[in-house]
Formats: sequence, structure tokens, C-alpha cells
Amino acid sequence: MASENLIDIKDLNFSYDTRAILKGINMTMQRGKVIAIMGGSGSGKTTLLRLIGGTLQPSSGYVKFAGQVVHELNRDALFALRRKMGMLFQFGALFTDLSVFDNVAFQMREHTDLPESMIRDLVLMKLHAVGLRGAHRLMPNELSGGMARRVALARSIALDPMLIMYDEPFTGLDPISLSVIGNLIRRLTDALGMTSIVVTHDVQESLKIVDYVYFIADGVIAAEGTPQQVRASVAPFVHQFVHGEEDGPVPFHYPAKQYRSDLNLEDPVV
Amino acid sequence: MFKHIVSGIQNIGHRVIESVWRLGVAARFFLLVLLKSSTSLRRFGLVVRELYFTGVLSLIIIVVSGLFVGMVLGLQGYETLQKYGSESAVGTLVALSLVRELGPVVAALLFASRAGSAITAEIGLMKATEQLAAMGMMAVDPIARVVAPRFWAGVISMPFLAAIFSVMGVFGGYLVTVVFIGVDEGSYWSQMQSAVDFRFDIVNGFIKSCFFGVAVTSIAVFEGYDAPPTAEGVSGATTRTVVTSSLVILGLDFILTAFMFRGVS
Repeated sequence: MASENLIDIKDLNFSYDTRAILKGINMTMQRGKVIAIMGGSGSGKTTLLRLIGGTLQPSSGYVKFAGQVVHELNRDALFALRRKMGMLFQFGALFTDLSVFDNVAFQMREHTDLPESMIRDLVLMKLHAVGLRGAHRLMPNELSGGMARRVALARSIALDPMLIMYDEPFTGLDPISLSVIGNLIRRLTDALGMTSIVVTHDVQESLKIVDYVYFIADGVIAAEGTPQQVRASVAPFVHQFVHGEEDGPVPFHYPAKQYRSDLNLEDPVV
Repeated sequence: MFKHIVSGIQNIGHRVIESVWRLGVAARFFLLVLLKSSTSLRRFGLVVRELYFTGVLSLIIIVVSGLFVGMVLGLQGYETLQKYGSESAVGTLVALSLVRELGPVVAALLFASRAGSAITAEIGLMKATEQLAAMGMMAVDPIARVVAPRFWAGVISMPFLAAIFSVMGVFGGYLVTVVFIGVDEGSYWSQMQSAVDFRFDIVNGFIKSCFFGVAVTSIAVFEGYDAPPTAEGVSGATTRTVVTSSLVILGLDFILTAFMFRGVS
């Protein structure tokens, strides 16, 4: 029987040159769940997604996806593994020279020998799932930000992956689009039996749809729990993040010397 | 003072190391493109699509420039040759200048500005908007799917564009010297026919344009793929494509000419 966990992350470290980005991360992600990874900008959230997708190599530790250690795979095995994954990039990353239809059909044409008639039906079904069947002839530059992300979502579920990773899916969206994307993530995860990882700093929207939350700060897991536990948390970092407080464990001021001394207002030495 | 000299030398050393390192990266990238070209050959439709963007859309500038360069050559050639009573040799002058040098070189310079810059900007923007990363995450190799078809389309287009440039130039020379000035039409064509050698002139011009095609498109795809994923990065890469390609074309032209035409009358 397949393990209940789709992803196991063990003692994961990652550095750019000498700058440590992730320090000893341990996570488990169960199949069929929506997991949020939250944290401030530059906290290493997107790096974690790239490590899961195998586009980066860890300094130590490992990411195990469906029982396979990602960074130990050769190129062909890694590409085979990536066919089981989908990724929604921050602004959709649609291919601008292809229509909405061709964007969604892209993976089907690249990886399968399905006849065009079947591809057409599948593409329209995927687009219907995100509410954009009627937009299949449009080009990406004719779409709004929210629509582009929905098309990208349809593209990422084209081959019915086991996992979808969402990199900041709510950034720059109006409240309606934001809610639509949030609900789609939940609905598609449940309907297709996938697992979803949502990297975000949109606390309120994500807490409505996720099953479990990890907070990352300075490369370590600062807190974790279910949405109920997160809302009730009194841990200073979680409290500051969830309530959007200006000052706290994450300081408002960038480290600097004394304000008075910077303005040359020190009392003269007598 | 001593400190400044030392830091100046360090700077130069740093730049040299950086350039050599980048050249190594470019060479590896070029090899990767060649190794991953099987997709382009298997799915030739991808190359045909790029042939339209790099080749067909460059036609207007090549045709118009070729015509005007030929017209100017005819005019200047006639002015000089008539002083010696050899104006009937103007056809030879126009044809040899174009087929041996100006056709391949000017067409390649125009190709670098028109298509090379477009290839760099397109690949650079695809990188900046994470389209290449998205492709990689879909288990599709961006070098095989995006870079290689553009590379081969450029390599295939270049000799054709150079040939069209030369043909238009010869026609432009004909227009000015024969139609407008009144040089004898028979002399224009017959002198050209007897002076232009297929092996030495046309084949060598063709070989030159093949070299230029490989050089320009290699530089264009590498600069695009290597561009920092920002607006400034892409604009810098586009400029570098045009400048580097132009210098490489002129340098290569000198080397190829030295090998091809040394000792040929």
C-alpha cells in the first residue's frame, strides 16, 4: 500500500554560496491535503518548492517524493517524476506565443500520443473546470491576471498530477479573483485526489482553504499547525504574521546604529 | 597610488577570468544545443515556425538593403571605372563585391540586428517571465524545445538571406548602371558571367554565410538564455547580441577571406 505521505522532507539544508537559505527543515505532507507554507519575503519558501521539484540540489538532507529521493534521480528519472507534478507560477508563466487552448494542450502534445480530437476534449474539460472554456481561443495577453492564473492552473492539471505546487497564487489579484483561485485550489485538490502545496503570505485567504500550515522564518520552521491552531496561537511570530502586526519578532527597522547617533545628535562629551 | 595600480590590475584580471569563464559556459551551451537538436529534426514543424519569424520576416530589410547597396555600388563603380574607360566592367565589380563580401557580411549584420536581437529578447523574456522554468517543471527541456529550433532556423535562414541580398544587389546595380545611366546591358551581364567563378566566389560566399549564421544565432540564443531575468538584463543581453555578433562577423570575415581568397586573382 502506498505511504500516506506523498512528501517527506528530512533535515533539509540549502545554501546559495555561503548564505544559508534553509536550515534543517523537516516536513511531511499527506496525500490529498492542501498544505500552506507561509513566511515573509526571502524566507526560503520558493526555494523549498524548487527543491521539491528538483530544480535545485540540497546542501544536505533530502526531499522524498512518492518514495523517491528527488536529488538522487538522474535527468530522465527526474523528468519522469516531474510529470507527476504540476506547478503554478506566481504570474502564471503562460507561453505567450501560444493560445489558451495550446497552453493547456502543451503537455499532452509533448508527453502523449493522444489524437488531436481527444486532446481537444481534454483541454476543454480542464478549461471548464476553471471556468474558462469560453476563453480557449484567446491569447495570454488578452487575459486578466486572475484569468491567466486560472489558465495556468488548467495547464498544471493537464496530466492529472499527484502534486501541484502553487507559488504565491494570490499575489496581485482582486478580491473576487482571489476567492475564485482559493476555492479552485481546494475543489480541484478534493476532486482530483491530488496534494497541493501553497506558498503564500496571504494569511486570511489561505487559512480558509488549507489543512495544515508551516511557517518558515530565517530558514527554519518557526511554527506549524492546523488553521484552527494557527488562529489560536499565542506564539509571538505566528501572532505577528497572522494579524499583520508591524513590529514583533520580525522587526520593522532594518538593523542600524542608534538613530540619535546617525543624525549626529549625540550629546557632546564634556 | 600603488594601491590604485594593484586594484586596476586586479580588475583587469577579474574581467579576463570572467570573460574566459563565460566563453566556457557559452561553449558548453553550444554543445548542449547540438546534442539536444534531435527534437528539432524529429519535429521539423518547430523549426519551420521559427524559419518564418527569423527568415521570412527578415526578408523586407534584406531585400531593400540589398537593392540600395547594389545601386550605390553601381553608381560609385561607374563613376570610378568610367575615368579609365572601363565602365562595362561595372557588372563584375558589383557582382564580385556582393557575392564575395557584402552579401554575406551585410546580410549577416542586418540579420543580427533584426533576427538575432529578436531571438535574444524573446528567450530572455521567456526566462524573465518564468516560461522556461515552467517548461522545465513540465518535464520539457527548454533547450530542446525553445533554443534548438531557433538556432537551426537561424542557421538555415542565413545563407538564403545572403543569397537574396546579393541577387537584389546585382539587380540594383543593373537598375542604376544599365537602366538609368545607360551602360551596355550585354557587357554588364557577360562580364559578370565571365568574372564570377562558381567555386571561388559563390560557394565561398555561401560558406561564409553559413559560418555567420552559426555565429549569430549561437550568440543570440546564448545571450537570451543567459540573460539576467530582469528588464535591464534582457535589454543588456539584446544589445550584447548585436554588438558581439557584429564584431564576430567582421572578425570571422577577415579570417575566412584570408583562407579562401589568398592568391586568387
